[in-house]
Amino acid sequence: MTADLDHRGAPPGQTRRRPPGQASPHRQAWRSRLYRLDVKGSPYLYIFPFFGLFAVFGLFPLIYTAVISTTSWSPRRPGSEDTSVGLENYQNLLGDENFHNALLNTFGIGLVSTVPQLLLALGIAHLLNYKLRGRLFLRMGVLVPYITSVAAVALIFNQMFARDFGLLNWFLQPFIENPIDWRAEKWSSWLAVSAMVTWHWTGYNALIYLAAMQTVPYELYESASIDGASKWQQFWHVTIPSLRPTIIFTVVVSTIGALQLFAEPFLFDTTRNNNGGSERQFQTVVLYLYQQFWTNGRYGYGAAIAWTLFLVTVVVALANFLLVRRIRSAED
Amino acid sequence: MRTSRRPARAMAALTAASALVLAACGSGEEGADPNGEITLTVNVFGDSFSLPDNRSLYDEYERQHDNIKIVENRSDFGTHHQNLQARLTAGSGAADLEVIEVGQISGYIGQPDKFVNFRDQNVDTGQWTESTVQRASTVDGNTLIGLPTDIGGLAICYRKDLFAAAGLPTERDEVSALWSTWEDYVAVGDRFLSKSPKVKWFDAGGHVFTGIIGNEEETYYNAEGDLVVEENQAVRDAWDLSVQAIEKGQSAALAEFSPEWNTGFQKGQFATVTCPAWMMGYIQANAADTKGKWDIAKIPGGSGNWGGSYLTVPSQGANTEAAVELAKWLTAPEQNIKLFKMIGNFPSQTSTWTEPEVADYTSEFFSNAPAGKIFPESLENAPVQIYGPESGVIGNTFAGALNSVEQGTDPDEAWESAMNDIKAAAGEG
Repeated sequence: MTADLDHRGAPPGQTRRRPPGQASPHRQAWRSRLYRLDVKGSPYLYIFPFFGLFAVFGLFPLIYTAVISTTSWSPRRPGSEDTSVGLENYQNLLGDENFHNALLNTFGIGLVSTVPQLLLALGIAHLLNYKLRGRLFLRMGVLVPYITSVAAVALIFNQMFARDFGLLNWFLQPFIENPIDWRAEKWSSWLAVSAMVTWHWTGYNALIYLAAMQTVPYELYESASIDGASKWQQFWHVTIPSLRPTIIFTVVVSTIGALQLFAEPFLFDTTRNNNGGSERQFQTVVLYLYQQFWTNGRYGYGAAIAWTLFLVTVVVALANFLLVRRIRSAED
Repeated sequence: MRTSRRPARAMAALTAASALVLAACGSGEEGADPNGEITLTVNVFGDSFSLPDNRSLYDEYERQHDNIKIVENRSDFGTHHQNLQARLTAGSGAADLEVIEVGQISGYIGQPDKFVNFRDQNVDTGQWTESTVQRASTVDGNTLIGLPTDIGGLAICYRKDLFAAAGLPTERDEVSALWSTWEDYVAVGDRFLSKSPKVKWFDAGGHVFTGIIGNEEETYYNAEGDLVVEENQAVRDAWDLSVQAIEKGQSAALAEFSPEWNTGFQKGQFATVTCPAWMMGYIQANAADTKGKWDIAKIPGGSGNWGGSYLTVPSQGANTEAAVELAKWLTAPEQNIKLFKMIGNFPSQTSTWTEPEVADYTSEFFSNAPAGKIFPESLENAPVQIYGPESGVIGNTFAGALNSVEQGTDPDEAWESAMNDIKAAAGEG
């Protein structure tokens, strides 16, 4: 990048020096050096605020977490922050059934929430793309769940998914014998947490899809309909391929979000030690991290979980990216 | 002194930004001028010194001290203790006064330099029993990090109306006579359920468990500080009896301190609840409409303790001197007596128990039960429980494990996974 700029910047500097009868060559050299410094240096200056902030709030915590993860630091045991245990925390983590369970829950809830969420968003965006009465109002409307705080959403969903006086159990009353204890089983608690996530994020993704849909040239649809394509075929063969970059973006972002899921299971939990259900039915990796770090005071182990999750996220996001990139391969 | 303080300093830098934000929220950092306006912040996890609609104790102190303003922040039990630890580690952001629950305090004793040492503050420690003071002291006894506030003598709170409907006696002495042991309590539960199948006998298996081991000296740790929970027959017996009661269908299976548990009080989903003194405040606040329907009977086994708190002053504060004065005042016998009458928190100073104001106190909400007599009786023979660094964590683990039994998990499996969790949490990792 800088090399490029240098090349591009240097020649004008050279040419400008040529016209005769101006300031002394010494002064010219000084100016040219300043100019070159400007061209070379200022891009760094412009991006510095980001990288400066990133270094303080991104890079440093990342590195420091890695350092902590090699200790057995617990604030409850004085002196333990200096006890190095090497990679023992990671070794223990690999054999930790609770961590395996947390991974399973995270991927499970991620799948149950992300897939319907994106499909729904796609459908909603498609509908909103038609000429409708009060279109702006509707388009803004789908964003309302997104701007609602997760805590408020959790409050309502906790009531809906309550065992004894919950709304859902009241609806299901005629069909089931005993009210469902939503937190008691994996499937039911996953469903409840996923419902919260889906509710929160669908509108946001729908708007992103809608924005992308509006950039699809009208001529494409026109020629498709001349060729006799039905609305559904148009959606499938024109809209979806045109949205490919957007879909990749939403899938990657949703996947990262799903892997870091915390607020919803945290707020759905009624145990006093962030157990994510009496038997960790819906304890996600971040909630497990939180429990080990804060509730149990295991800073070293918690840091090891954080780093492992970071690596898992990178790998999964990459895999996802490669997978979704093939969406259009059928077309080509 | 430790060999290297670098990680601690680095951690401080790491959290510098959040600490700044927290300090801004905490206010009270105006300056060190002793006569200037001072705002003291008090962080609590429940009704320690006030009720949501009643802060008369703080008001009284402010009237006596023109330059002091008191601001209280409440959060729930878990969040409160986690935030406190975070802010102690960060080196800033803690309130001027912080309440720590008795099951949690042993986790903080290992960090004595983070708190003001009350041994240096002219506190008469003789007003409390030795063991109460010892729990908040370092092993060498030279540092006392907190002053005892209340103490949780145990009783059983029960619904008279539900007892009557099930054909059980309603008079508190007759009720107390029903259960001299916890086995009797479970047996009476059977009788109750046979008449009143729609209402459960108690709120949560975890509370029965806590009640049973509240009468044991050695529970999770022994006096040497070793983790003995797995071998301890007393713990296993308490577990077995709780499981037995759950399997008989006696539990309403409401996770303790959850919104559903609160609703359970309001809707009368259960007839009895293990009732430390401070639980009186919870019931009154959660289910004001049930006034007069409750009464208080003796705890099975005759004695026991659950909970209680300590008031600490983190040394990072800007106004530790003023904070210490407030802490001493808030934990003084006169204030503890006021709090007992206002909220139900039972004073930790034994000398107050014979004061007529305490001894003759009856609670109108609980059908004029002589609370001032019931709780001291329960405490009189209560053992001095041994706590360890992870006692709080272990207690919560058992509560969760019993809740999973209520949800249908095999009890042996639940025990097994509870033991694994405890070993992981209390281990060295």
